[in-house]
Amino acid sequence: MELLNPLDSDAMLLALRTAPFLWLGVTAACYLLAERLYERSGQFALLHPVLVSIALLMGILKASAVSYADYFQGAQLYHWLLGTATVALAVPLFDNLQRVRTLLWPLLLALLVGGLAGMLTALLFGKLFGLSPQVLVSFVPKSVTTPIAMALSQHAGGLPALTANVVILTGILGAMAVLPLLRLARIDSDIAGGFALGIAAHGVGTARAFQLSPTAGAFAGLAMGLNGVFTSLTLPALLRLWPA
Amino acid sequence: MLYGFTFLVLFQLAGEMLSRGLHLPVPGPVLGMLLLAAWCTLRRGVDDRVGRVCQALLRYMALLFVPAGVGLMLLGPLLRDEGWAMLAVLVLSTVVTLLVSAWTLQMLLRRFPARDE
Repeated sequence: MELLNPLDSDAMLLALRTAPFLWLGVTAACYLLAERLYERSGQFALLHPVLVSIALLMGILKASAVSYADYFQGAQLYHWLLGTATVALAVPLFDNLQRVRTLLWPLLLALLVGGLAGMLTALLFGKLFGLSPQVLVSFVPKSVTTPIAMALSQHAGGLPALTANVVILTGILGAMAVLPLLRLARIDSDIAGGFALGIAAHGVGTARAFQLSPTAGAFAGLAMGLNGVFTSLTLPALLRLWPA
Repeated sequence: MLYGFTFLVLFQLAGEMLSRGLHLPVPGPVLGMLLLAAWCTLRRGVDDRVGRVCQALLRYMALLFVPAGVGLMLLGPLLRDEGWAMLAVLVLSTVVTLLVSAWTLQMLLRRFPARDE
């Protein structure tokens, strides 16, 4: 009698290739690995888990000759949840709003100036360095938290994939440069430093601000929420006014 | 969990319908966030069941950017052509934004110190 081969490797590979949840698992595994690496490195900014996961996945897809479209089809459950998570940002926003009252006018004025600076400097420097129109649009919301920035970029005809990466890099740069910059500009107020980190560098900057002091962290979180709202409401009008 | 999640999805849907229905330039999920923040302000608090789901979603929010972010692999030619310009814009814009915001607030705080309540 012929021995039956208990393992049909072709069928196993086929199962692996066609399982709709394969890329959900691979994405989650890459993220967990990246998060562990980030913790092990003492939270070294350039090893931000999102950047590392994206790099890992790009390597895996290239090596296994899987197209981005096939990957996205598999992993899009996460992408769908992004919209719901954006709605969930209302809770920290509401919590932080309780803090505004005592310093209402200075904070709102700083938000106006800083929020506009974030968008206008992207437009001006983008024009100066000759970014193409679609790239320019993708850069304008780069100071606000990633889900809002991606939605704004997509809505305005930008490239959400580019925006996601630019936003994270902006946060990393802000977190790394903040101390020398504040020293250079002789900013000694924790409130001002934290608020600026939240405006310019969203969640990554907020995490950095909490390392500086609890006050800086709290005001960074508030600034990030306020700037998300401010930029969402003003960016569309600003782009319409901007001579493209 | 399910109650809170359903609640969030309802706000997301409301935001999406408002955005499309009124042709607003603000994306649906962002409007949903504003609506929920307004709701919490009206109710003077966050329902515990909703708060717990929000916390769970926000804890892993960074994972949710990854599928879209991997789309960078399709932008190779663009990065080759404009990569350095992009980097320059990113650095200059971020540095100026950070400095302008910090400097503005520090100046304002000196001029208008916090009111005691």
